[in-house]
Amino acid sequence: MGLLYGLIAVGLALIFGLMDVTNFAHGEFLMIAMYLSFFLFAFFAIDPLLSAPLVAAALFIFGAVIYLLIVRFAMRAKANAGMVQIFTTFGLAIVMRGLAQYFFTPDYRSIPQSWLGGKTISIAGIFLPEPQLVGALVSIAAFAALYFFIHRTDFGRALEATREDPGAVALVGIDKNRVFAFGWGLGAALVGLAGAIMASFFYIYPDVGASFALIAYVTVALGGFGSVFGAFAGGIIVGLVEATTALVLPPALKSVGIYAVYLLVVFIRPRGLFGSI
Amino acid sequence: MDKDFAARRRRDLIIAAALAAIAALTPLFVKDVVVQNILILTLMYAGLSQSWNILSGYCGQISLGHALYFGLGAYTTELLFTKFGVLPWFGMLAGGVVSALIAMGLGYPFFRLRGHYFVIATIVIAEIGLLLFHNWEWAGAAMGITIPIRGDSWLKFQFLRTKLPYFYFALALCCLAWFVTWWLENSKWGFWWRAVKDNPDAAESLGVDVFNSKMGAAAVSAFLVAVGGSFYAQFVSYIDPESVMGFQFSLLMALPAVLGGIGTLWGPVLGAAILIPLTELTRFKFGGSGRGVDLIVYGTLIVLISLALPRGLLSLFSRPKKTGATR
Repeated sequence: MGLLYGLIAVGLALIFGLMDVTNFAHGEFLMIAMYLSFFLFAFFAIDPLLSAPLVAAALFIFGAVIYLLIVRFAMRAKANAGMVQIFTTFGLAIVMRGLAQYFFTPDYRSIPQSWLGGKTISIAGIFLPEPQLVGALVSIAAFAALYFFIHRTDFGRALEATREDPGAVALVGIDKNRVFAFGWGLGAALVGLAGAIMASFFYIYPDVGASFALIAYVTVALGGFGSVFGAFAGGIIVGLVEATTALVLPPALKSVGIYAVYLLVVFIRPRGLFGSI
Repeated sequence: MDKDFAARRRRDLIIAAALAAIAALTPLFVKDVVVQNILILTLMYAGLSQSWNILSGYCGQISLGHALYFGLGAYTTELLFTKFGVLPWFGMLAGGVVSALIAMGLGYPFFRLRGHYFVIATIVIAEIGLLLFHNWEWAGAAMGITIPIRGDSWLKFQFLRTKLPYFYFALALCCLAWFVTWWLENSKWGFWWRAVKDNPDAAESLGVDVFNSKMGAAAVSAFLVAVGGSFYAQFVSYIDPESVMGFQFSLLMALPAVLGGIGTLWGPVLGAAILIPLTELTRFKFGGSGRGVDLIVYGTLIVLISLALPRGLLSLFSRPKKTGATR
């Protein structure tokens, strides 16, 4: 489960963590991805696992468009930029939830039969649910890819430079908006991947994103802003803590452990575990 | 003291008194219960947002966890009332004090954090509170508390036949929050807060007690919000964790101040006066469909206002300042 949180958080790590743009609509991106994957299954009988690249591609476009249409202007605000970003994306989240309710109705939906759903696999006598396993593998791959992308490619360097100093970046001929639109697209694509995998074993409803979004923020912050590896570590820690809390406290309180660990970590290290900003 | 500034403060006070007087007279003309309800909510949110503004606007410590204090106020009042028969008036005070103490207790570790880490910590602590109340059997757990009806009385602060007393209390709360802000704006604290907001390091080096001024702002802010919480509990006479401590509440409290003008005296009032009736009307008009049209309208409005007026609606009225000019 921890790596699933990691998978949801990896997209946010890019948008929130690396580009330093607050995105309160991250959970709603996840929700859209889950619906997309559901409808691809319902109408074309494409298994969520197969449609994952399609969903990711669609979300890439969606994320980039959202950036160019809305977030770009929110970032331009000279006064209290933080609050403008928070409330623009919060408003966006409400609109997306409303649209989902309008078009998809508030009903709970699920994909009844998929390649992954409900199956377990036995490795050396330990039974693991397959969806979680696939989620974990995809998550590791996604983190590795992102890490490589940020630290080894020109785009990654351009992204970090743009966050540091948009003015200087413009001087050397990098289009800030193009870099950030690409970054938003990529972040959305990653959460699209997460949504497609989760669609095969999770109920899908308009508010589904909200429950995961907060944990994703905590995961990113726990790992520390500006660090891909931190978000990955954060994901694993969150998963482990949740599993341990569930053993000690009633299941309804399992998130309390995660939150408590976050508080504990930032009290000791106010920049998160591996944070650089 | 700058003469201009003193004149502006006097003018603010006069305008506020006039507005309060007008507001106090509206129930004479507005008999419709639905409209009265909207007015009460507007006043309540204006008061809450004004209180939130003290910590987050003036002192610059953005808190998205104020639902915690709101919920604590509501729960303290109602637990004392239903379990021990303590009158809501004392419960209200107790809730305020509890919240202020907790705010200061939390402030001790929290105020070392900055930026996103602080904001997320405030969200997280409110969420912990929510989950704990959700699972606390004695406090009604997820079922919440229904406030027993004992008939209309000022003593027990509950009224079934009329909403007027609630209206006047909400008005008083709003005025109190406004007046406290007005008063603090020109006190030593007010100047410290703005210094802390603009540049904590520079403020510290000039001898501002950064830590304690944050603590002061947190305590005042939490106290007032908690009083709002106990009012709300008495007003709706039913509370459950989600309805008084949910994350939505933290945002709803911040929204009027942000849209009106964060860190300003009039921003929260203006924001609430526009936003809350708008919210209620969209819900009234489109909410019945159950298909989220009200959410779409409401969300779009928030996006548009945030984008168009990053300084808040109040910036429409402010004239560009000329240095050295006297009026």
